[in-house]
Amino acid sequence: MITVESLTKQYGGFTAVDDVSFTAEPGRVTGFLGPNGAGKSTTMRIIVGLTPPSSGSATVSGRRFAEHPNPGREVGVLLDASAQHAGRTGRGILTVAQRTMGLPASRVDELVELVGLTSKEADRRVRNYSLGMRQRLGIAVALLGDPDVLILDEPANGLDPGGIRWMRDLLRGFADRGGTVLLSSHLLHEIEVIADDIVVIGGGRIVAQGTKSELLQAAGTLVRTRGTELAHALELRGIPVQPAGDGALRVDADPATVGEVALAAGVPLTELRSAESAGLEEMFLELTANDDRDHNQDNKQDHNHERTAA
Amino acid sequence: MTAIAVEKTRTPSPRPAGRTTAPIPMTRVVGVELRKMFDTRSGFWLMASIVITAVLASAAVVLFAPDDAVTYNNFAAAIGVPMTIILPIVAILSVTSEWSQRSGLTTFTLVPNRGRVMAAKGVATVLVAIVSIGVAFGVGAVGNLIGSTVNGTDTVWDMESTQLWAIPLANVLGMLLGFAFGLLLRSSAAAIVAYLVYALVLPPLAELLSATQSWFADVRPWVDFNYAHAVLFDQTPSAEQWANLATSTGLWLVLPLVAGMVLLRRAEVK
Repeated sequence: MITVESLTKQYGGFTAVDDVSFTAEPGRVTGFLGPNGAGKSTTMRIIVGLTPPSSGSATVSGRRFAEHPNPGREVGVLLDASAQHAGRTGRGILTVAQRTMGLPASRVDELVELVGLTSKEADRRVRNYSLGMRQRLGIAVALLGDPDVLILDEPANGLDPGGIRWMRDLLRGFADRGGTVLLSSHLLHEIEVIADDIVVIGGGRIVAQGTKSELLQAAGTLVRTRGTELAHALELRGIPVQPAGDGALRVDADPATVGEVALAAGVPLTELRSAESAGLEEMFLELTANDDRDHNQDNKQDHNHERTAA
Repeated sequence: MTAIAVEKTRTPSPRPAGRTTAPIPMTRVVGVELRKMFDTRSGFWLMASIVITAVLASAAVVLFAPDDAVTYNNFAAAIGVPMTIILPIVAILSVTSEWSQRSGLTTFTLVPNRGRVMAAKGVATVLVAIVSIGVAFGVGAVGNLIGSTVNGTDTVWDMESTQLWAIPLANVLGMLLGFAFGLLLRSSAAAIVAYLVYALVLPPLAELLSATQSWFADVRPWVDFNYAHAVLFDQTPSAEQWANLATSTGLWLVLPLVAGMVLLRRAEVK
């Protein structure tokens, strides 16, 4: 369980995190979604005590992070997979963490295997690791102490599709066994497929939060017909309609309502479904549009899995 | 059987809440920090270079020094000089790599008390200084025995007993100076440059200044750590020289340590 209360962080006149409050519940994956520079990483660094907040507080499992006697045994943290000594081997990094936490040495080999690194790769220096391998190593460090809570900043960065699938299953399993997972991403799709709860941040402020189904419901319905009769019929009933391109309409109502209206109006439908991804993406872009420094560039980056920046 | 074992490692299992874990003992943090000084490529070669230069320096004394210079003191000096340059760099990197290599993100989440981490690094630094001076004395002794045998001279053990602890003390202070620079600057490049300026550029400048300005010649022993510190390597310090060492240590070592620690407590680890 992670509780964040009215967290604010100011750098000079700039407010990086502005009155942020949310909780991440046990047994659930909480997705922390926002464009680059929205304040995700700063919030996560404050939670684990690496950055002092200007005001507000954060607790993990009921205590401030730094008050845990052996934090690695309670909370697995991966903030930046590239933040490791380049001259140390993967196994060396795990050994340092294993010794700090006071775990048996065998735990290192277990985790190397668990995250899918070969023994040979583990003996290579991190300088020679791909970003995907660094992410796997970082997840190994986070899981090493068998924690109850995971805090992961952009863990999918640099993973190939197979790796993303693997991580998704791993985090799902962790949450299903009662663990708390907070993971951030600027990739909407990534959050959408794994998160139970979603917290959307833009410009340092929380702009939306709720369960995934709540947020998806808010996204409405996507419907496709020939002609404009359905749009008229819906508007007559006071249901807002927006063209969604390619002859489709996005409707602020659930699919059942739209279907009833179409039947009553005698309009044949070629497609009727919850707007889901499209809707959430639209919402995400809409909610964060004002905070984007460069809308187009950010949009492009959202689809670029190979990005290395954190 | 195998399937179960594999399944076990494949499922990291969150345990029930409310369990308590024992705090991390200081000895463990020191052990880990000591390990971190050796387990990187740069750390390994810095340590290896100490042993290598010690052997090379001994060999050079055996081969090139005139017979009457093949004495234990000269071996100790030949080995000690490269060591006094390299060891502080080891100390610097043990602190600054947490920032320059950004490994501090992991270090300070596993041990959030930064004072503890730094104290552990300090203890590890002192241990390395003591062990490496032991190595220097040992290699020097072997070199002295070989040298006198090769040259057919009597083996000369001409080190004063006070130097047996004055030299290790000098080494510990030198290494702690590097540690203090690292803690204050938190950047490998900046701290190493600052240290090299201190060790190589300042001495001739101070020499020049004290030769031309009599007021500086008077205060120099009290403020110039290089000057006060060097005494430990070749003589038994007098009471006044001890006092010189105390004031200059306060200025060059204690002050940066305290300032660095105060800044570190408030710093952001990125």
